[in-house]
Amino acid sequence: MAFFLETTIGGLMSGMLYSLVALGFVLIFKASGVFNFAQGAMVLFAALAMARFATWIPQWTGLSGKLLINVLAFGVAMLVMVVVAWVIERLVLSKLVNQEGITLLMATLGITYFLDGFGQTIFGSDIYKIDVGLPKDPVFLLEKAFEGGILVNQEDLAAAAIAAALVALLAAFFQYTSTGRALRAVADDHQAAQSIGIPLSRIWVIVWSVAGFVALVAGVIWGSKLGVQFSLSLVALKALPVVILGGLTSVPGAIIGGLIIGVGEKLSEVFIGPYFGGGIEIWFAYVLALVFLLVRPQGLFGEKIIDRV
Amino acid sequence: MLYRENGQFKTSYASDQQIFPILQDRVTIGLLLLIAFFLVPLVGTEYLFRAILIPFLILSLAALGLNILVGYCGQISLGTGAFMAVGAYAAYNFQVRIDGMPVLLSMLLGGVCATAVGVVFGIPSLRIKGLYLAVATLAAQFFVDWAFLRIKWFTNDSASGSVSVANLSVLGLPIESPMAKYLFCLSFLTVFSLLAKNLVRSHIGREWMAIRDMDVAAAVIGIRPVHAKLTAFAVSSFIVGVSGALWGFVYLGSWEPAAFSIDRSFQLLFMVIIGGLGSIMGSFFGAAFIVLMPILLDQLLPAVGALVGLQFDTALVSHVVSMIFGALIVFFLIVEPHGLARLWSVGKEKMRLWPFPH
Repeated sequence: MAFFLETTIGGLMSGMLYSLVALGFVLIFKASGVFNFAQGAMVLFAALAMARFATWIPQWTGLSGKLLINVLAFGVAMLVMVVVAWVIERLVLSKLVNQEGITLLMATLGITYFLDGFGQTIFGSDIYKIDVGLPKDPVFLLEKAFEGGILVNQEDLAAAAIAAALVALLAAFFQYTSTGRALRAVADDHQAAQSIGIPLSRIWVIVWSVAGFVALVAGVIWGSKLGVQFSLSLVALKALPVVILGGLTSVPGAIIGGLIIGVGEKLSEVFIGPYFGGGIEIWFAYVLALVFLLVRPQGLFGEKIIDRV
Repeated sequence: MLYRENGQFKTSYASDQQIFPILQDRVTIGLLLLIAFFLVPLVGTEYLFRAILIPFLILSLAALGLNILVGYCGQISLGTGAFMAVGAYAAYNFQVRIDGMPVLLSMLLGGVCATAVGVVFGIPSLRIKGLYLAVATLAAQFFVDWAFLRIKWFTNDSASGSVSVANLSVLGLPIESPMAKYLFCLSFLTVFSLLAKNLVRSHIGREWMAIRDMDVAAAVIGIRPVHAKLTAFAVSSFIVGVSGALWGFVYLGSWEPAAFSIDRSFQLLFMVIIGGLGSIMGSFFGAAFIVLMPILLDQLLPAVGALVGLQFDTALVSHVVSMIFGALIVFFLIVEPHGLARLWSVGKEKMRLWPFPH
């Protein structure tokens, strides 16, 4: 029982991190109807920027103090992501307005290649470390209830807390600021939003910047767990089943989908995996999402797709 | 002046329905085939065959298969690499486990196995559409990758999942020299293109296109979506599976599951989109573009760097190539979202009016 709980909690934590990446997908899809395959590349790019500036800033300015440097590096990396968002909007999206979904999808795949190459060209392709001081030691919970307690990784706990805070922050941003209202209006109907004077291009830059911010946070958390390296951009592939499971247009869907996939993945790996020779995590998530989709083709919380002739 | 159908009257239904109704097209295609089958083997170097022509031919075949699914039937698939892998490994198993199995037959049977897998993974398309389907087809990709890595039976108990075939021969002729391999692939491509071209202009092809354009409306006028979508998946996976078998047997010789990874799927989708959705010709253009461009960039970049006085190491070159590749893809999508095939048909229209455009 303790082992089961431990696995479940581990699954919930990693699910939280998947949701973080999935959130980036959902934000952009909602606002611009673009399925942004480059989200993974953005995570890598942001994490690379953060890791490199954290080492460069002390060299350039002679500043010291870990917190200060991390905050500065985070700020600079955020700035970089805003610039990336702006450039993408200017050079790619604004030229591809009204194209079909698949063309836009392919364009973001092109952006993926570009960002992967560009990031590693300017920031280098070694494995870098991000150290933002997340606690590393595991702790034991509920030692009274179970023999030996439940082993929980503090780093995962902190990451889950950050992810939850971020989600709350985004929800508040969408709900209570005027920009957030504009974003929701654009998501509902591009033309109507434009006709009441919401500037689409500015909204898109904002959305891509917000997605860049989410990518940065995800990159920092994943990067401090795994090290910043190319494989970080593959995190996106893990977040894809989360997105379609939760529904492409739903923020809560991304969160709940992430939790379901996280738990399902861990439990299946531990309890079913041995019968199949292990390593089933990666496709299990997709098959799980597929099964859900067969019942609800628009995902758990997605808007119902209505076909009209 | 040169390219015009004036004066070419059709007096029978057969002549009205032929594949290339215009005489000039027939002559051009005939000449191209003559050059490809006779002239190129005479003048081609080993490098040309190995590095450019053979991958181009095999990937064109795969792109052709994918184009049937994505371009004609409108079902986006990101699992093409998986179907190629099924074709390759199934053909390998037929080849190894049955004594005296002809290579040709095991490749075609590999295609049949890919068809079966394709139809199974095509079933969700009856319910899931668009981008949801695209992501759902990734399930095929990851599942197949995993299966060939972990289930030892498929790879004849090889430890790393890597397998190899040697001493290919068809009807007593050895397929060993680059030229023989080239001709072998070329024959496959020619036969399958002809089949595909005829298929897409038959009633089956029209069903696919109706489903692509609007599936609800197509169902209303009596086209069975189940039948149309699953046949598209079946035909597409068969061609893709055969091309996978060719890729393994002829191009690679020995391979492991990573040869058919998700990158391959993306690469093929790029070919189809850049070449032109819903165009047989486009598949060739796209394959040529995607195969040639990285080779060109690889060659050009160090040379350009040397001119400016910069030294590129190999890692940096690969990053810069990936960068330029991505940028070029975005550029092409912006300039010509309908693909190179559209440029081709625009060019043909211009030719028909030339030299009096008004």
